[in-house]
Order: sequence, then structure tokens, then C-alpha cells
Amino acid sequence: MDWTAILLSLELATVVCVILLVVGLPIAYWLAFSSFRWKFLIESVIALPLVLPPTVLGFYVLIALGSRSPVGRLWIAWTGHPLAFTFEALVIASIIYSLPFAVQPIASAFSQVDRSLLDASETLGAGRLRTFRHVILPLSLEGVLAGAVLSFAHTVGEFGVVLMVGGNLPGVTRTVSISIYDEVQSLNLAAANQTALALLLFSFTVLALVYALLRKPWAVVPIQ
Amino acid sequence: MTLDIRARKRLTQQFTLDVDFTVPPGVTILFGASGSGKTTLLRCVAGLLRPDAGSLVVGGDVLFDADRGIDVRPSQRRFGFVFQHLALFPHLTAAENIGYGLSGVTASERRSRVAEIAESLRISAVLNRRPGEISGGQRQRVGLARSVVTAPRVLLLDEPLSALDHDTQSRIIEDLRRWNSAHRIPILYVTHSHREVFALGERVIVLSNGAVVADGAPDEVMNAPETDLMALLTGFENVLDAVVETRSVTAGVMRVRLPTPTGLPPLGARGEEGTSDGGRPPHSRGGGIAERGVELEVPLTSSHPSAPIRVAIRAGDIIVATEPPRGLSARNVLPGRIIALTAEGSRVTLSVDVGAHLLVHVTPTARETLRLQAGSAVWLVIKTHSCRVVSADEPRVAS
Repeated sequence: MDWTAILLSLELATVVCVILLVVGLPIAYWLAFSSFRWKFLIESVIALPLVLPPTVLGFYVLIALGSRSPVGRLWIAWTGHPLAFTFEALVIASIIYSLPFAVQPIASAFSQVDRSLLDASETLGAGRLRTFRHVILPLSLEGVLAGAVLSFAHTVGEFGVVLMVGGNLPGVTRTVSISIYDEVQSLNLAAANQTALALLLFSFTVLALVYALLRKPWAVVPIQ
Repeated sequence: MTLDIRARKRLTQQFTLDVDFTVPPGVTILFGASGSGKTTLLRCVAGLLRPDAGSLVVGGDVLFDADRGIDVRPSQRRFGFVFQHLALFPHLTAAENIGYGLSGVTASERRSRVAEIAESLRISAVLNRRPGEISGGQRQRVGLARSVVTAPRVLLLDEPLSALDHDTQSRIIEDLRRWNSAHRIPILYVTHSHREVFALGERVIVLSNGAVVADGAPDEVMNAPETDLMALLTGFENVLDAVVETRSVTAGVMRVRLPTPTGLPPLGARGEEGTSDGGRPPHSRGGGIAERGVELEVPLTSSHPSAPIRVAIRAGDIIVATEPPRGLSARNVLPGRIIALTAEGSRVTLSVDVGAHLLVHVTPTARETLRLQAGSAVWLVIKTHSCRVVSADEPRVAS
């Protein structure tokens, strides 16, 4: 079993999941409550990774992060080494790739909160932030949890984008799915099976735990 | 402290809210059929909806002025708003709901103020439960407590009791009156229930199609409608065309004749009464097949002989007899026949042809005891002062 790859995948997924929650909550809030005329365009951009082949996405991310792009040059000036084929590049690519999986369930949960509760909160003197923290967020926990789990799981399972952007450097960019692919390529089926089985069991356990929590969220995440 | 409201808000091509009135301290009822603009008006006052034009001033404090570009956010207005479906926070306990608006005070101060209002509204026992775990009446009290605990300078209530049974309604109305006598702030109370108008209101404003059509004490407005539109809105099911025959100034009455309409298809061939009338309350407006026409004695008004007038009679004010009644003080006894009969809850509505067409409400027990059915011969008894003379007033069309 390729423990290095498994740990790398978990690390990547955790970092991506945390960043996506931080970035995804305001985006979801905006999507749910803005009456901006061209909102549908933003929605389409965010949903793009759902329909694009991962290789297309990976290709453009690679170009965008390459040492000839502004982002790539900025990164080199900043850190002294190129961005492509690093763990950071994987994180950036995964964030873009998993964004809809985090944002969509959260935005949908936000927009299902009864609007009269928001009116009530406002007439009781609460500003937007207080309303968000004390009314919208607690009533959308299931959606937020679903967004977190989906983006985590989606990042663990991604293959095409990682291959395009990260390559195959053990301990740096060689994630579980790449590792399994490699083992199969070299006809090392037993090793592939071990890693695959571990991934399967892990995914199942996480999902089972989450669905159990969703049944009675208050018992697990007490809200003041 | 008074609340001055001037607001115009165009919602659709057909509907524009356009009002201008002042709310003094005490309960002012906003009364009207659904779709008359009551809730829209309340939301404009609360700041949840922005009027196209107008201004809103509370005790000299300008909260909205379209011309000067002033629009104070709802969270800064310090208005209490009790929503029609309450909008209690389902994830918070009753105590947390009530304390929600008390964000600027210390925790111990908040606790004591929540406890105090809960005590006076008799919900101390349920403070630790969530809204889903308490009764409708208790939820209502939590909603009321949540809005008044912040010491608002104006209280807005949007049909707060419509979902409750009469007993619970009465008790909560009593609590609200008690609270209001201690806190004399302007209260705007939206309802379409006559009961609540009389139980609570010191003043009632009647809205129809976005405009104020009547304004005064509940007794004056609800019991003595001045126009036939008001008669329909305030629950006079029968509004009949009539012509003054004779006036008796000494007796304070006049006799009017309900003209036999011509060109109407025979009764029985006509559709269900009131349904072809664009959703307005069921009523009859003349009609009938009798050749003689019908005479009524009604209170004296300044109408000239042979002047066309309209007479409004509540369906519940008419007595039904199955034999010719004798020895009555009531001056109007009209023989007729029941055409149709519909039961709805604790009320049976009879359509009676007495030469004119009248709707009459009786109880299910009365219906059984008297064996009333379609075709029964009946005598309708109507007191002179149950007849209100109103002037014709076509429903206002929004411009």
C-alpha cells in the first residue's frame, strides 16, 4: 500500500476543503441573495468544472501557472521556484476543480432559508453579519457539511487535473489515484488493489459518518 | 409619539398602494380583503419594502423620505414586527428567540428582561423549548414577546392571530391591550377579521385596492357603512337597489321599494349567487321574480322620494320563521321561499327569494329544528334598524 500517496491525498483534500469553505461561504451567500442582473454568468463560470473534461481544465491551469504566465512569474519572484508541478499548484487546481461541489450545496441551503426569518432578524436590529452568523448559517449546516464533504471527496478522487498540473512526483504530487494508476500500469495489481481498497473503505466511512450526522445535526454541532 | 405615513408603491400594472395617514398611540386596525395592500403597507413602514414615493416620520424622526433620499435600514428603525407566520427562529429556544433583539445589553440584563416579558405574557414555562415544541398560542406569544421586549417605538402586527382558535385569540388580545395600556406607542394591526376589529381597535382604517376607503372608530366604520363598497368590505352580505317611496320624519323611518328587475332569467336558471363577482363576498343586489316588488321599512335618511338608494343588511341580522310570525316589533316580515342552502362550518347560508334575493345565515341547529331545505316556505323578519342605507359607490380602479 502506498502510504505516502494516501497521506498526500488526505493532506491535499483537507487543505482544499478548508480553503473552499472560507472562499465558498461568501460566494454562496452572494449567489443566494444577490439580485445582480448578470448573476447567471457567474453561476455558469462556477459550474464549469462540472462539465469540462478534467484535462481541459488542467491544461488551462497549467498554462496559467506556467513560468511564462503572470501568475507563474509572480510566484517565481516570490518563492524562487516555479509553480507548476508543485503541491501548491495542485491545491490551486483542486480549488478551481472542486469549487462547484462546495458552493452549490451551500448556496442552495442558503436560499432555502425562509426569507421571513431574515426579515425578522433585520427588524430585530441585526445587521447582515449577525443575521448570517445566527440565522442563515445554523439553518444551513447540512448544506455546508454537504459542501465540505463533497469537495473533500472530490479532491481525493481527482485524477485528470492532478496528472496535468502536478505530474507524478512521489510525496509531492503523486496522489492516491495517480499511484493506483501507476501500479496498474506496471501490472502490480495486488498493490493497486490494496490502495484502492483502503480508499474505498475510507470514503465509505466518511460518507456514512456524515450522513449519520446530517440526520441529527444539533446533537453533534450544538449551536448557541 | 405619532407615526406619519405617506407612501406610494406600484406593485403591478393593476395595483398601486397609495396612502397618507397618521397613526396615533394606541391600536389602529388596518382592515381589508386579501390583496387590498395591507401587508404591502406594513412592509413599507417596516422598511422591508421601499416605497416609490412618500415619507415616514415617527415623533419628528424622519425614517424615509423619497425626495430627500432618506431610507433608514429596517434594523435601525426600532420597529417591532410580528409576522403573519411569526417567523420564529426554529433553531433557537423561546428564550433565545425573545432575547434575539437584545444584542446591545449584558447577558444578565437580557435574561431578566426576557423573564419579565415571558412572565407577563404567560410563557415562562416554555422558555427552554424550541418553537416546534410548543403550541400555536404559545408560539404567538413568543412572537409578540420577541417584538415588544426591545421596547420598539412602533409595533406592526400582520394578521398575528389568524391561525388561532377564538379562545386563544381573545386571551392574546387581552394581553396585547394590557401591554398597550402600559406602553402607549402607535400600533398598526392588520386583520381581515371583524372580531379582532371590535376587540382591539380604537380606530380602524379600511384599505381597498391600495387606497384608504374609510377611517374612524370601529363602531362607525363597521356598523354604519356609508357606501355600498364599504358595506361589502365590512361584511354586509346583502346590498339591494331600492327606491324611496315615502318618508316619515316624525317616525324617523321611510319605506323603500326594491324594484323588480326586468330582463333577468328566471330564478333557478341563474348561476350560484356571488360567484360571478370577481371574488368579492357573496351578496345579492336586487333580483327576484315576484311581480309585486318588495317593500322595506328602513331608517330615515335625507334621500328624496323616488331617489335610488341602496340598502345593506347583514345575513346574520335576518330572522327566519317557518310560520307567519305575529306580535313582533320588527316592521319587516317578508314571505318567501328558500332557493338554495349551503352549509359551511358552523354556519348555514340560505338563499331566499322574497321577491328580492336575500342571503341569510342560520346555525346548523336552527336548520335542523326548522327542517329548512330548498323549497321551504319561510318568512324573513328584519328590524328597521338592521337595514343600513348606503350610497352607491363603484369600486375604485387603481390608476
